[in-house]
Amino acid sequence: MRLTRTLQVTACAAVLLAATACGSSDSSGGSSGGLNPPDLKAQSKLGKSEGEVNLIAWAGYVEDGSNDPKVNWVSDFEKQTGCQVNSKVAASSDEMVKLMKTGEYDAVSASGDASLRLIASGDAAPVNTSLVPNYKDIFPDLKLQAWNSVKGRAYGIPHGRGANLLMYNTQKVTPAPTSWAAVFDDASKYKGHVTAYDSPIYIADAALYLKATKPELKIKDPYALDQKQFDAAVALLKKQNADIGEYWSDYLKEISAFKSGDSVVGTTWQVIANLTADEGAKIKAFVPEEGSTGWSDTWMISAKAKHPNCAYKWLNWIVSPKVNAQVAEYFGEAPANSKACEETSDKNFCTTYHAADTAYWKNIAFWNTPIQQCLDGRTDVKCVPYAKWVQAWTEIKG
Amino acid sequence: MSLLNRTAGALYRRPRLRLSLLLTAPLLWLAVLYLGSLSVLFVSAFWTTDSFTSEVVKVWSTDNFHELFTVPVYRQVVLRSIGVALAVTVLCAVIAFPLAFYTARVARPKWRPLLVVAILTPLWASYLVKVYAWRLILSQGGLADWMLKPFGLSGPGFGLPAAVLTLTYLWLPYMVLPIHTALEQLPANLLDASADLGARAGRTFRSVVLPMVLPSVAAGSIFTFSLSLGDYITVQIVGGKTQLIGNLVYSNIELNLPMAAALGTVPVVVIVVYLLAMRRTGALSSL
Repeated sequence: MRLTRTLQVTACAAVLLAATACGSSDSSGGSSGGLNPPDLKAQSKLGKSEGEVNLIAWAGYVEDGSNDPKVNWVSDFEKQTGCQVNSKVAASSDEMVKLMKTGEYDAVSASGDASLRLIASGDAAPVNTSLVPNYKDIFPDLKLQAWNSVKGRAYGIPHGRGANLLMYNTQKVTPAPTSWAAVFDDASKYKGHVTAYDSPIYIADAALYLKATKPELKIKDPYALDQKQFDAAVALLKKQNADIGEYWSDYLKEISAFKSGDSVVGTTWQVIANLTADEGAKIKAFVPEEGSTGWSDTWMISAKAKHPNCAYKWLNWIVSPKVNAQVAEYFGEAPANSKACEETSDKNFCTTYHAADTAYWKNIAFWNTPIQQCLDGRTDVKCVPYAKWVQAWTEIKG
Repeated sequence: MSLLNRTAGALYRRPRLRLSLLLTAPLLWLAVLYLGSLSVLFVSAFWTTDSFTSEVVKVWSTDNFHELFTVPVYRQVVLRSIGVALAVTVLCAVIAFPLAFYTARVARPKWRPLLVVAILTPLWASYLVKVYAWRLILSQGGLADWMLKPFGLSGPGFGLPAAVLTLTYLWLPYMVLPIHTALEQLPANLLDASADLGARAGRTFRSVVLPMVLPSVAAGSIFTFSLSLGDYITVQIVGGKTQLIGNLVYSNIELNLPMAAALGTVPVVVIVVYLLAMRRTGALSSL
């Protein structure tokens, strides 16, 4: 059990460390501003299987038993479909995009930022969801979102999701926080013991807080910030920096900091909160009243796929209730298939991860890569692109 | 006459050919793997990236270096990194000298090799294990806090001092070893002569021991300085929110490779300057 846990989290950490972003969804969905992808055709029907399929995936998404003999959902797929699976683990969204450009791969488990780039460059083909029978059981609030569709056209099959939570030490942080103010405006109360996620995408967390507390800035989408909004978020983070004890990007580091009391309040993921509580730390993690940021992954098919039929079969397989449950439990995320919840080995799994809790996900702004064309649909201003976010993050840390 | 004999004869008569055949492979290694990759690093620092796809665009531009010199945060981080490397080097030298003096001259001769082995043992343990151990020592209520509590003090916590302390621990053996060797080779008759001429211990140390051992200290400092300057993992684990030059390279490597390359040339330049300075002390010949 211990080992599974470790592997699960390692996989999780590897993926999320590397993933600079996943998709964005303001609840309006599908508003991709100036994104005009090449007009590609989705496959209309499935042909004979080609005998193999080449996948690019995050660690922990395509397990054939070689990491842990008990964790294997590839062998059955190979037996049933006759498609031999060749998988390549990618360490980051950028690596995924690079690998997809080679044209040697058929499908990829892309995070939101990679998916938008793949769509824009014509490397990913639209997906005919009627060829994926299990698509009908995917949670409706994951379908046709900004990170997996353009103008109502699906470009992939949702795989799973997670939220960024506010975690605090219940003994040292009193009264219990209800708002992200605990790490921003009130952070000085816990000077030197505040923690934050070490990635430029964390600027969106500050923007999300400003969206609620500074209406005059008119922030609609924390991933679509014009220069003024962006500067306000950066200023807030520079102020926060004085109270930060350390930033975390390594899940082990955060667990140990909360256990020892070096960190008492800050962002986390559900799987880390579970592990920290298991190790005996007195903590609680929740989505504050302003809502939160989060991440979501999508399986996409290459426009140059040599084995599209096997790729479609894989997409259907990986979101089938049983396999989706296995992947979600191994990795520590909410499954995308609504029927997966009946198949998890831990019967409380879906409750813990809020898999079916639509209201919960309504408050989550999924990670996305900010581009110059504002993702919230504004055309009168230019938004700050991600490259500038990276530079600003360096300056925030000083 | 067989081919083998003829070849052997030809090689015997042409010492230059012999030498070049012998050296081609290692020199290629040096040229391609070290100098080659360094020049690729330097050249790619002049490229730019596409802001949407983060792909490297091979268009010549000095923007990255311009940014490096004009954006205050880069200057600040570079200076901080050099400061950390210097502090680690000085601390290592101060701790290593008495340690090496003991292992090389004071301890009984039969214990000396064992003591050297003991100093080297930490090098066999995993880097990460050692750094995470320091994280536990320095964490709240950890060993450092516990030991300082009776004096009404608390440990340094995570931050710049913790990073300097941990790096000093990590690289200390590289400083002890050259000093130990130098002290061991110090001819006893020079010390005797100094004493015969009426010098006390302090004077002997200043006028005889120190000048002879200084090149070795400089040699050790090359290791401690360069290893500290390039480190980015220790500071991530125990450095709190501190960032050093290595962290900047790391955070740029995925999305802005040319900027990472530009940042990467900074430690190379600093180390070259440092090596040139150390060469004057004769350190390079005592490595």
